[in-house]
Amino acid sequence: MNLLRKFYYGDIPEDKSGAAVTGSASGHDWPLWEVFIRSKNGLEHKHAGSLHAADARMALENARDVYTRRMEGVSIWVVESKHITASNPEEAGELYEPAKDKVYRHPTFYELPDEVNHM
Amino acid sequence: MNQKKTSYILHLADNSLILGQRNSEWCGHGPVLEQDIAITNITLDLVGQARSLYQYAASLLGEGTTEDSLAYLRTEREFLNCLLVEQPKADWAHTVLRQFFFSTYQYYLCQQLLSHPDAQLAAIAEKSLKEVRYHVRWSGEWVIRLGDGTTESKQRLQLALAALWPYTGELFMPAAYESGQGTDLSAIRPLWNEKVQAVLREATLDLPGETFMHSGGKTGVHTEHLGFILAEMQYMQRTYPGCEW
Repeated sequence: MNLLRKFYYGDIPEDKSGAAVTGSASGHDWPLWEVFIRSKNGLEHKHAGSLHAADARMALENARDVYTRRMEGVSIWVVESKHITASNPEEAGELYEPAKDKVYRHPTFYELPDEVNHM
Repeated sequence: MNQKKTSYILHLADNSLILGQRNSEWCGHGPVLEQDIAITNITLDLVGQARSLYQYAASLLGEGTTEDSLAYLRTEREFLNCLLVEQPKADWAHTVLRQFFFSTYQYYLCQQLLSHPDAQLAAIAEKSLKEVRYHVRWSGEWVIRLGDGTTESKQRLQLALAALWPYTGELFMPAAYESGQGTDLSAIRPLWNEKVQAVLREATLDLPGETFMHSGGKTGVHTEHLGFILAEMQYMQRTYPGCEW
């Protein structure tokens, strides 16, 4: 089997471009990771997006290449998406609706001095 | 004007530009989206390094020379890049191994250039070093990942190693213009060997034995592949002289 194929300029058909040469190399079986970026020291990490990677180290490097190209971050967290437990949208009723009529939970009943702005 | 020095700067610039141009062939063709972005990020770093060096060389050469005229209007024989960087793009194993060989070389070279008496070259080296450190890390990890991976990935990397190894010797054969430039390739060679062997061993690859080493690129005698790169890269400027974005 001649594995080392060379392609010359202008002669790279899509099926020989190195992409998806075999099923296992195509990346579709790589797990999904969630990426959290801290934009500035002192601020919290925020969810930036997700990506595919074979392991945690590759996920960090992919996150660096995909999500910090425009100086967005000073720190990256990655976590495999399967480790995230999400609430079920169908349960939104019992989870969130009961808070609706409890306006007293918002601290809006205090008298603020005029000097305190932006509260 | 010191012709040796400008040749030396052009040699450094051509290495980065031609490898950047080669890697750019992956743009839109990477094995997965994330790695497509990774290799094109590295490509942009390399082209950026080339630009800084061409701008500096152009300022020394004067007479209307610009970074563009150096990149787009010189012929094959005037390019001083090593043969390694102009070899055709093959598969991913070939690409990451070549990047690892070149970036490791560039890493030690930049470290020497940091203490170069020419402040401009030292400054370019300092900026490049940060980029190159990541290139070494990224490409080295891929070499280990593929070598110590599946039967197919190991076989591909072993073939890439056999194909690329004969082009690594030229990195350490000094051209006439490299003497007296404040860098010492004979000091880089053992460091490069040590790093490369450590990574290849971790990648469970057989280390190549003594073999014939190609050379010539540094003095403008190239393989047939450089002409094709230049034909594509220089087409616009040659067909529409002075055309701008």
